[in-house]
Amino acid sequence: MSILVDKNSRVIVQGFTGATGTFHAKLSLEYGTQVVGGVTPGKGGSEHLGLPVFDTVGAAVLARGANVSLIFVPPPFAADAILEAADAGVRLIVCITEGIPVLDMARVKAELRRREASGQAVRLIGPNCPGVITPEECRVGIMPGFIHKPGPVGIVSRSGTLTYEAAWQLTCQGIGQSTVVGIGGDPIQGSNFIDMLKLFEGDEATKAVVMIGEIGGSAEEEAAEFFKNHMSKPVYAFIAGKTAPPGRRMGHAGAIIEGASGGHAAKVEALRRVGVRVVDNLSGIGEAVALSMAGLAGRPG
Amino acid sequence: MKLLEYESKDIFRKYDIPVPDTGGVIRDARGLPAALKRAGKGPWVLKAQVLAGGRGKAGGVKFAKTPQEAREVAAKMLGMRLITKQTGAQGLKVHEVLVDKSSDIVREIYLSIVMDRKGARPVVIASAEGGMEIEELARTRPEAILKEPVDPVRGLEAFQARRLAGGLRIPAELLGSFVRMATALARVFLDLDGSLVEVNPLIITKQGKLVALDAKIVTDDNALFRQGALAQRKDPEATPLEREAHKVGINYIGLDGTIGCMVNGAGLAMATMDTVELAGGRPANFLDVGGGATAEQVTRAFQLILKDKKVKVVLINIFGGIMRCDTIAEGVLAAVKKVKLTVPLVVRLEGTRVSEGRTLLKKSGLKLTLADSLWDAAQKAVAAVGGKS
Repeated sequence: MSILVDKNSRVIVQGFTGATGTFHAKLSLEYGTQVVGGVTPGKGGSEHLGLPVFDTVGAAVLARGANVSLIFVPPPFAADAILEAADAGVRLIVCITEGIPVLDMARVKAELRRREASGQAVRLIGPNCPGVITPEECRVGIMPGFIHKPGPVGIVSRSGTLTYEAAWQLTCQGIGQSTVVGIGGDPIQGSNFIDMLKLFEGDEATKAVVMIGEIGGSAEEEAAEFFKNHMSKPVYAFIAGKTAPPGRRMGHAGAIIEGASGGHAAKVEALRRVGVRVVDNLSGIGEAVALSMAGLAGRPG
Repeated sequence: MKLLEYESKDIFRKYDIPVPDTGGVIRDARGLPAALKRAGKGPWVLKAQVLAGGRGKAGGVKFAKTPQEAREVAAKMLGMRLITKQTGAQGLKVHEVLVDKSSDIVREIYLSIVMDRKGARPVVIASAEGGMEIEELARTRPEAILKEPVDPVRGLEAFQARRLAGGLRIPAELLGSFVRMATALARVFLDLDGSLVEVNPLIITKQGKLVALDAKIVTDDNALFRQGALAQRKDPEATPLEREAHKVGINYIGLDGTIGCMVNGAGLAMATMDTVELAGGRPANFLDVGGGATAEQVTRAFQLILKDKKVKVVLINIFGGIMRCDTIAEGVLAAVKKVKLTVPLVVRLEGTRVSEGRTLLKKSGLKLTLADSLWDAAQKAVAAVGGKS
């Protein structure tokens, strides 16, 4: 088991014939993902990487039974691409695009909420994220495949390479992952920590969760509250940005300390208070999980 | 992108949001008489145009009753270094001074629109207790703060503005102008791709008018591609080095330490700074070369880092995922030769084909230190600058 994607997921790529779309569609295919086609408006009817190209997401869903869409569309057009995928009826949208205007995402969220209220819920991961991978089953994103292996730990993260670092440390410790999700570094995201913690809590294959947060916003504090009230599985966390100066955007649009909110200390404190194990040294996260998992396994009963 | 007060007020005027009569900005004392004339009969208020809050307490806002007083204030203010709690110790140099006609204040109100991350839409934040620091108020008396969500397409509805007016105890005769003002501010936010539009304070004058006495607009950098005029401005907060980095697609923020950091990915770059500090060192910068870390980008990143004369050691931390470690190693070697590196270099590579990458670096004959983990790299970098600071 896993969350969000598995070997049965049927994936299409929006922005399929562009350089990035092509590159990562190819890697996903090599990883064993069921990529079943792609969408590039104006190129419908042609073939790319041996797969059919469609003008619209609707046509791709109809012809190929796609249920997951992976988006590599440039920022000015990305919000429209997300709305098109939602309208076409896929159940999961993963948007990699970095640099989408925040107001566009506010409009997308408003539309997704309207759909949810009318019983047409669709899940969005991202934007500005590395995507989702269920090791050795399905890669919907831009992460390197080989750093992952199947196993019991779920990872959810706001950052790209930091996620790779965490996954690789676990793999080096011999600990595999159920599913690894990058939820993205923007101020408004399709899914947040709580959405993913909820899924991991309900997933039988996941025994523990690693959560990688960063400064800015209050998603970590909200996750702490959720953990306290609704989670039975252990959560390990690292929060990046302890040394970041206030008021400066640290690469990610969402990683900024604004006034009194979004600081590192408050996040760590909120997580520790409810029993989340926060690691101060990023290099130690794999080891911390390994030690504690060994403890779990060795515990009688 | 942060706009200065007078730029924000210029925008307000276009939306018929009342602001004080103004003489505009002056950049030297010679412009003052004409500015006073444009502003109308005194007294006047002279306001330093810098991108930092807390100007009043720091001496950046001064009143003048006579042209003579105005001359003295302007002479002192232009060119001064304004140090407020938001500027840091070195302060900000005042290049422009806004000359407004002074207003007779009866009441002060706080009104702003911000992007509410949790609610995923803009929200109006208002308080009848203007002039206070809103964050302080949020902490001590949260019940004194009113909130009203803004639909990201439709804007603020009139009934929502009336609800706010009730909470703010706006007098009945000003209800209409308040509704026009609040809905127009929301329109400014949506039209400009705002992340903050703030009026602090919004005042009621002795003459019975609502006026935006101060104005602050911050816009979303991601939306600059569709904000023609704003995109042309250079970010006044960025240092020359930060601007140069921006041009070549590198995320760089200068800090005050001695350990230059080069990392791929923003999150990992932040975590690298944190680890350097945990090891007892001080990072000289935040630098994200981008997920790919190509040889050209690595060379450019080196050049940027080394322009900062405080840098005593360079720490490279790259997680080679899609980009293989041997390719990155080749890039690092090419860059080191090109920039004639004179400070020690600590490299931590991880990921695809890491052993090939490390072998290349070892065999190169260059003086560099290889590290096994980020923690190891941070400790070695700290040792290279002479231990903990």
